Amino acid sequence: MSETQASEAGRVAAVLARYPRHDPGDLVNILHDLQAEFSYLPEPALRETAAYLGLPRAQAYGVATFYHGFHTEPRGEHTCTICMGTACHVRGAPRLLEQVERDTGVAAGGTAPDLSLNVEEVSCVGACAIGPLAIVDGETHGHMTPDGLSRLVAKLLKKDGPE
Amino acid sequence: MTVKLADPGALARHREALAAIRSPERSVIAVCVGTGCRANGAIDVYEALRVEVEARGGARDVESRATGCQGFCQGGPLLLLLPEGIVYQHVRVKDVPEIVEKTVLGGEIVERLLYVDPPTDLQCRREEEIPFYRHQQRTLLRDNGLLDPTSIDDYIALGGYSALSKALDMGPEAVLEEVKRSGLRGRGGAGFPTGRKWEACRKAEGELKYVVCNADEGDPGAFMDDALLEGNPHCVLEGMIIGALAMGAREGHVYVRQEYPVAVDRITHAIEQARELGLLGEAILGSELSFDLRVSRGGGAFVCGEASAMMASLEGRRGVPRRRLIHLSDKGLWGRPTNLNNVETWANVPQIVLKGADWYSSIGTEGSTGTKIFSLVGKVHNTGLVEVPMGTTLREIVFGAGGGVPGGKAFKAVQTGGPSGGCLPADKLDVPVDFDTLVAEGSMMGSGGMIVMDEDTCMVDVAKYFLRFLASESCGNCTSCRDGLAILHDLLGDITEGRGTRETIALVEELADTVEATSLCALGTSAVNPVRSTLRYFREEYLAHVDDKRCPAAVCKALIRFSIDAERCNGCTLCALRCPQDAIAGVKKQLHSIDQELCIKCGICKDVCNRDAVLVR
Repeated sequence: MSETQASEAGRVAAVLARYPRHDPGDLVNILHDLQAEFSYLPEPALRETAAYLGLPRAQAYGVATFYHGFHTEPRGEHTCTICMGTACHVRGAPRLLEQVERDTGVAAGGTAPDLSLNVEEVSCVGACAIGPLAIVDGETHGHMTPDGLSRLVAKLLKKDGPE
Repeated sequence: MTVKLADPGALARHREALAAIRSPERSVIAVCVGTGCRANGAIDVYEALRVEVEARGGARDVESRATGCQGFCQGGPLLLLLPEGIVYQHVRVKDVPEIVEKTVLGGEIVERLLYVDPPTDLQCRREEEIPFYRHQQRTLLRDNGLLDPTSIDDYIALGGYSALSKALDMGPEAVLEEVKRSGLRGRGGAGFPTGRKWEACRKAEGELKYVVCNADEGDPGAFMDDALLEGNPHCVLEGMIIGALAMGAREGHVYVRQEYPVAVDRITHAIEQARELGLLGEAILGSELSFDLRVSRGGGAFVCGEASAMMASLEGRRGVPRRRLIHLSDKGLWGRPTNLNNVETWANVPQIVLKGADWYSSIGTEGSTGTKIFSLVGKVHNTGLVEVPMGTTLREIVFGAGGGVPGGKAFKAVQTGGPSGGCLPADKLDVPVDFDTLVAEGSMMGSGGMIVMDEDTCMVDVAKYFLRFLASESCGNCTSCRDGLAILHDLLGDITEGRGTRETIALVEELADTVEATSLCALGTSAVNPVRSTLRYFREEYLAHVDDKRCPAAVCKALIRFSIDAERCNGCTLCALRCPQDAIAGVKKQLHSIDQELCIKCGICKDVCNRDAVLVR
């Protein structure tokens, strides 16, 4: 076992230790915690979790892939999420999504090959008053326009780019 | 270490002790940090207020308080100054010193922060003067502006948990009877009588029973449950504890949507506080009632709002609904008797116990009692949460509280009931909003989302939007739902992209019938409602798409073209500079033109033009 693998195993064990009852009902909660830890669900973590709860691996994998909230592939550093709730939709959210897809070449639900950016959709975050919304690295930007979003994302990606 | 409250008397004494140290004259600056205001910078305003109040040494007499959603999201960030009840809107950090100096210490109004009613130009100082609030009856939401949701003492000081004391005194049968007589119906969408559901669970055989709170608010455009959980979590908890007493449940779950991280934190914190005070756990308030709760996060699957899918999710499985030949009240979570109610339903329980079924059923209509919270969003002046008695008309909500459609645009439709609901046109505005009337009109109450649409909204596009959502949220179990919705979505795509004919519409209608008849759960059976209701009320718009290849609202890209109005264009070059396709030609101070071959109809030119010279037809 390599050093990275060992430290990953340690981090998985630390998460699992928060659920001492070995209750299969905690599976979704555990996957959330693991994802918070790794930003996605690495396969060894899913295997460990299944063993810990006494469940078939297929069940852990099935749950991880059924719910939209989980990712089984490594994630990009930044995330640009477009709210696709009904209120945002009628205020032009599809145009925002098209813009960011066009600008970055990353389709909704995808990650840039260089792991710089994830493009996500969400079906309402409850801030409809200031829609349409883009959420960039957790920060909500209201009354968004395609042009404004274009500049916002360009700024975000440039920050980490070569000088 | 907090001392557990030994009995209802100890709770009452604790409340009296709080009252003794909290003068009603004390100034409280309540900053709304609900989702909308938070996204608008309310946390910074709250921090600035704390610092300012502290700096002036007024911490003893003035309290700054971060509250949950106060409802009037349009005016966010919102400030409510108590005890006067003054409302300030659009408050920025730079306004904070002046608010503390003038209003809090000097009793003077900062006029520019007041709400001005557009039609009358009248300045409104207090909540009840603002039309948005004046048209409401806020029995559930009122406390959101008054308490710090992280403080159980704030809730207790306002009378919180006295309904639980009363319920323990009444006993389970009497509580159940009261809830039955109140006429309360489930706020999650289906409108099933809550009392009957409780009775079935109470009568079910089993040592261990569960009560579950459905906080998997998945309807896009609806955030009532989020506002209650974030803003007044103890009210929901108190409702659940009373429910556990009535049904004999020992354990419970709150199933919260993971997209609401603040709500998850608040309810988790509230549970811990309630446990410390002995309001959850063994022998609650010294009684025979033992009940405890856990929080489970959803995984971001809309279908988990369906009861049997939620049980599967709580058991650590994929959220696939099952046939419900046996009720949850007999075999629910882990095969045990289970009761599932929505957040708003639980939040109604304490006031029913406290004020009685007669009081509750005097509000609303005969078949739909009490108030209902709606999330009023979309093309409407006053976006926010509106709580009105059941039976209030759509007009009263959209035009009374909501202030109508902004920008001088014409009202086209209001969508109720979320993805399973329907779109109602202008001539249905005088329909009273209650469970049964909305269904009769081809829509439904749903959990309370209300999305206003104006002349710029294409109803075919809206129907396609909901189908896209539902097709992607289908669990995949039933062929008719999994494939049928995808095909319906494609057929609507044909219509919006100019390939549709009248036969396409006929096919849509036929397939809608099949999906409805052959899907197992409500996601599939009701998924066709948005298509049905738009076809019923806006058929001419569909026909314009198929017969004339025209989108009357100028939304559907394949059917519109962008051009520049020669009268209005002054050749400022702004559109040409911003066009991502370099599709706009023109030199300074001369008329510009758009190359239709290059144009991708992104609309940026229209957004940036200061002279409204970009035409879309």
